[in-house]
Amino acid sequence: MSEQHHHVKLPEGSIEKTTTTLNMGPTHPATHGVFQNILELDGERIVSAEQTVGYIHRAFEKIAERRPLYQITPLTDRLNYCSSPINNMGWHLTCEKLLGVKTPKRVDYLRVIIMELARISDHLICNSIVGVDAGAYTGFLYVMQYRELIYEIYEEICGSRLTTNIGRIGGFERNFNNTAFTKLEKFLKEYPGVLKEFENLFMRNRIFMERTMGTGAISAERALNYGFTGPNLRATGVDYDVRVHQPYSSYEDFKFIIPVGSTGDNYDKWLVREQEMWESLSIIKQAYQKVQEFKGAEAEVYHADVPAYYLPEKKDVYTKMEALIWHFKIVMGEAEMPKGEVYHAVEGGNGELGFYLISDGGRAPFRLHFRRPCFIYYQAYPEITKDSMLSDAVITMSSMNLIAGEMDA
Amino acid sequence: MARPVRFNVNAERDLKMVKEGPEGYSGEGFFTTNLDKVVGLARSNSMWPLPFATSCCGIEFMATMGSTYDFARFGSERVGFSPRQCDLLMVMGTIAKKMGPVVKQVYLQMAEPRWVMAVGACASSGGIFDTYSVLQGIDQIIPVDVYVPGCPPRPEAILDGFMKVQELVHNRETLRRRNADRYQELMTSYGIQ
Amino acid sequence: MPLTNEIIEQKLVEHFGDQLTDFEVPYGLLSFVAPKDLNLKVMQFLYDDPELKFRFLTDLTAVHYPDKKGAELAVVYHLHNLVDNIRLRFKVFTDIAQPDVFTATSLYSAANWMERESYDFFGVNFVGHPNLKRILNVDEMDYFPMRKEYPLEDQTRIDKDDEMFGRGGSIGI
Repeated sequence: MSEQHHHVKLPEGSIEKTTTTLNMGPTHPATHGVFQNILELDGERIVSAEQTVGYIHRAFEKIAERRPLYQITPLTDRLNYCSSPINNMGWHLTCEKLLGVKTPKRVDYLRVIIMELARISDHLICNSIVGVDAGAYTGFLYVMQYRELIYEIYEEICGSRLTTNIGRIGGFERNFNNTAFTKLEKFLKEYPGVLKEFENLFMRNRIFMERTMGTGAISAERALNYGFTGPNLRATGVDYDVRVHQPYSSYEDFKFIIPVGSTGDNYDKWLVREQEMWESLSIIKQAYQKVQEFKGAEAEVYHADVPAYYLPEKKDVYTKMEALIWHFKIVMGEAEMPKGEVYHAVEGGNGELGFYLISDGGRAPFRLHFRRPCFIYYQAYPEITKDSMLSDAVITMSSMNLIAGEMDA
Repeated sequence: MARPVRFNVNAERDLKMVKEGPEGYSGEGFFTTNLDKVVGLARSNSMWPLPFATSCCGIEFMATMGSTYDFARFGSERVGFSPRQCDLLMVMGTIAKKMGPVVKQVYLQMAEPRWVMAVGACASSGGIFDTYSVLQGIDQIIPVDVYVPGCPPRPEAILDGFMKVQELVHNRETLRRRNADRYQELMTSYGIQ
Repeated sequence: MPLTNEIIEQKLVEHFGDQLTDFEVPYGLLSFVAPKDLNLKVMQFLYDDPELKFRFLTDLTAVHYPDKKGAELAVVYHLHNLVDNIRLRFKVFTDIAQPDVFTATSLYSAANWMERESYDFFGVNFVGHPNLKRILNVDEMDYFPMRKEYPLEDQTRIDKDDEMFGRGGSIGI
């Protein structure tokens, strides 16, 4: 232990360095993303840590000042790329808040389905990677198979698997077809069994519990001071969830609980994410049921009636004059853009993902800032891992679900 | 109704190197061929990749490693993270200028023979990020063998790129590529000894 | 009595008088401007007051307004009262020639990296910050890229032709 080390008498004139510097450099094993931790170790205990981020800084905020609002959606995809539909929807909701667009209920419920699928997909990766870092590779491979089902649902709706660019300002680009709903039903039928098996691998597994309990703990006061949100904050005991506190997209119509931990250690975070996946499944079932209740003409509604911001259908553009004019105005940037500042937040996979948009009436935003949860809570890593073992630090890092794209933007 | 298949219709011809072995002369209990071909065959079917996953393409690589698309059947069961032990550097994701020296360092540490695959639009040419902070393609700093476009490329596309690398390794490379003149010139043009 | 935007505005005006200006409520969010020497005092007041309880720093960022001479750089704070579920925003303006603003790291640890990011992009000098260096860009960069006068693309690259990408001299973008 470190006490014994100090009793060792070093010979006269020798260099006294009591700590080792270890570089957990930008290239990690286990594909977390690119950020660097320089650790000072005293044997196996971490004395201090210094981080370097910015290895994947892509200047999203500067690019956004060049592009009209609907072209910024592909940029938001690449923030938290494990759950890109949530970022897309958050951006659309921000634009709708600025432009004063109200979406019909069916659109809201479809958005909820997509967002909760994305949340499941994000938490799956996080939890299974915590398993991989603790040495259990099987859970990850088994569960990736079922993430493919989620990807197939996205593909039916928007054509892409990962960086989805789903939706438009005011709704969706096309109605969900029957294949999408069939795939959703298949997912809802098969997935609960898989999640239960995944839980059985880890939840009461003695080795996993001993690795994760008591490590990476943070108190609720420090977490709030550091600006934590999302599952990391809920694991410390604070039940702040943007979906409940400031509901958007008709989340107030759904019944679900917010799982909360107590100590904020890695085991609590794993459990909170696991329970959130169950809650997301329940929300998807409720939303699917609500969507099926729309009959007749209402079942065909997939976007709000805002011709000023939502591109009209091509067949109308070719035949009707007003549609042609609206198409021209939207694409050339002549649509009315109000001046103002708006801040809107959604509950992303990692916490409160906020969009601060300042518009000066022009085609592109004057300033767009992303409030990125990963960037903000990674600051707490040196404090959390002080005096912990090196292997615990690895698990702490992966259980915080650090996505480099969101950290650096 | 399914659309008719337009691409990869000559699978018989293109996949010949997988179905049959190299040409050679065989007899009772022996088979002679060029050393090049045998070594190329062995190398191409046991490439150990180094997944240098930086962003979104990395997640598609994780999906490729999963059981639906199964990267392991190409002999890449063991993905390594140590450059000394790997043959193929797969750069997946955007490389920012801050990350450039790191990529170059990893490439320099790889032992010959080594190949590089640029997966995704960002690694090939900078992708949608034409900004002051993004390197416009990793071929600005290291030589690349295969480019896989896409944002992100589908797992099938990554596998197709990998099969092209296999073809390069099997058919087109001599045994000691590092001694060839053209290779030496390429290396000096990048400033690599 | 539930906390509303009017009560917050009233308490702020009671405490600080007319030093706080431009009270408005765009899209339901109370927003005001404070002079830059008072930013810590305003945040401390909002933190300590038993009725206001704004104890969560949601976001800290900067904006460059090239047209407001003498007040080009604005630092924007978004605060959140988690108990009563109310958000608020306030801005401080500073001159671009001397962009010194007091740091909020003594009150909120979350402000540490957010201020480094604002320094990196806009050049706002946070007085008293423990480690004000560049965070996202390369350390050798000598300009502040998010300011409006600097372009998005890397001007030193020779392989891409701007004309082919719809920008460049003849188009003017």
